[in-house]
Amino acid sequence: MDQLIQQFFNWDIMMRAWPMLLRGLGMTLLICAAVIPLGLLGGLLAALASTSARPWLRWPGMALVDLFRALPPLVLLIFVYAGLPFAGIRLSPFAAVTVAFFLNNSAYYGEIFRAGLISVGQGQTDAARSTGLTARQTLIHVVLPQATRNVLPDLISNTVEVVKLTSIASVVSMGELLHAADLARSVTYNASPLTMAAGIYLLMLWPVVRLLSRYQRQIAV
Amino acid sequence: MSKTIMSPAATSPTAAQAGAAPAVARPTLELIGLRKSFGAIEVLRDVSLRVARSEMVFVLGRSGSGKSTMLRCCNRLEEPDAGEILLEGERITGRGVNLDRVRRRIGMVFQNFNLYPHLDARRNVTLALRKVLGQSREEADARAAEALARVGLADRADSYPAQLSGGQQQRVAIARAIALEPAVMLFDEPTSALDPELVGDVLAVMRELKQDGMTMLVVSHEMAFAREAADRVVFMAEGRIVEEGPPEQIFTSPRHESTRAFLSRYSFGQ
Repeated sequence: MDQLIQQFFNWDIMMRAWPMLLRGLGMTLLICAAVIPLGLLGGLLAALASTSARPWLRWPGMALVDLFRALPPLVLLIFVYAGLPFAGIRLSPFAAVTVAFFLNNSAYYGEIFRAGLISVGQGQTDAARSTGLTARQTLIHVVLPQATRNVLPDLISNTVEVVKLTSIASVVSMGELLHAADLARSVTYNASPLTMAAGIYLLMLWPVVRLLSRYQRQIAV
Repeated sequence: MSKTIMSPAATSPTAAQAGAAPAVARPTLELIGLRKSFGAIEVLRDVSLRVARSEMVFVLGRSGSGKSTMLRCCNRLEEPDAGEILLEGERITGRGVNLDRVRRRIGMVFQNFNLYPHLDARRNVTLALRKVLGQSREEADARAAEALARVGLADRADSYPAQLSGGQQQRVAIARAIALEPAVMLFDEPTSALDPELVGDVLAVMRELKQDGMTMLVVSHEMAFAREAADRVVFMAEGRIVEEGPPEQIFTSPRHESTRAFLSRYSFGQ
């Protein structure tokens, strides 16, 4: 029992690893700050394309969303980071992570936004256009606010997934939270830094998950 | 696509009329030879109609007779395959027409109200005033207050659609349309989605609009109201206008067989 505590909950080692993990957490947040807005933007564009009345926009939109939803994100990341150099495209770890996550996130956020856009009835567009609002004004002031509200729980839920998924950036040696913790583990030869990283993820995401399920129960009633 | 291209035969009578009879009062809304198909189904077959200034024209007909499609063609929410539409003498069909500019002059009220659920009554009215007419917040709020007062809802400006009854929602929808001071108002079965006890309030607002001189084209099954308030009744069947005239004549001595069949079915309820 004592040994177990020594291996997983060693306070001294945790204190020593703390600065490293803090830097790792900073990097995780930096990745999130880049890939979440990019993914939301890409997802919105993908959703607009795949719900467009124009076939030349709709088909490529739907095909891309399908492709990047089916591709495992780790495969995508390694391909972008380690595969593309063979085509002469060499990206820094951060750039590779951003590109891979942008493609993956856009597909998932895209599906959510698409459901949101579809959930807003044609009558809303008819009414808005009948007052002389342009297609763009109708989208911005009438359709999007309702679409976003209708799928807000899904957007938040997907964002939690994105934050968790940033841990795969460790395979391209981005010094994010998991990578930092694993490095500390190998230096100290002790699992406590990993325990700590797990705790940090939990502290970050558990309140969001808790609030989300409470909110979902509320709107279900 | 040849959607908007018209045969010379369809256009020339209009030109001739306009040239020959300038003294005749120009109709506010004029439909000439409208045609529309959905796939293989011909919904409008050569529909022509004139609505004079300050006139209230009622359109009757069985569901599927094309009356809603005709109405939706008037502001081109539905694109007619052929034919012309003139608004105050100006052609609004075909290419090169700025639809958004045209639509602000044509108000529309829908069966299901279609209020914006995320905005309160005031902002439902002010959205187009701000974004389309470019009014300041103060101007738009003042205009909205006026429009809401006209439909008897001055005190509900802060209510969201979900907090209003169906009849109140439809009156806000009417306020949203009249705030733009349109040349003509289109009503697409405005009371069909309402509980019977709420219908009267909406009809009362329409009656007042008529008294104020609003030009209105109304698709509705409110026979008693049509008889009392309409200037003219148009009866549609199978995509055509088969009969039109003053309400008294249509209701008491309909000439067309399908009008008679339709009215006899409805007179049960009266």
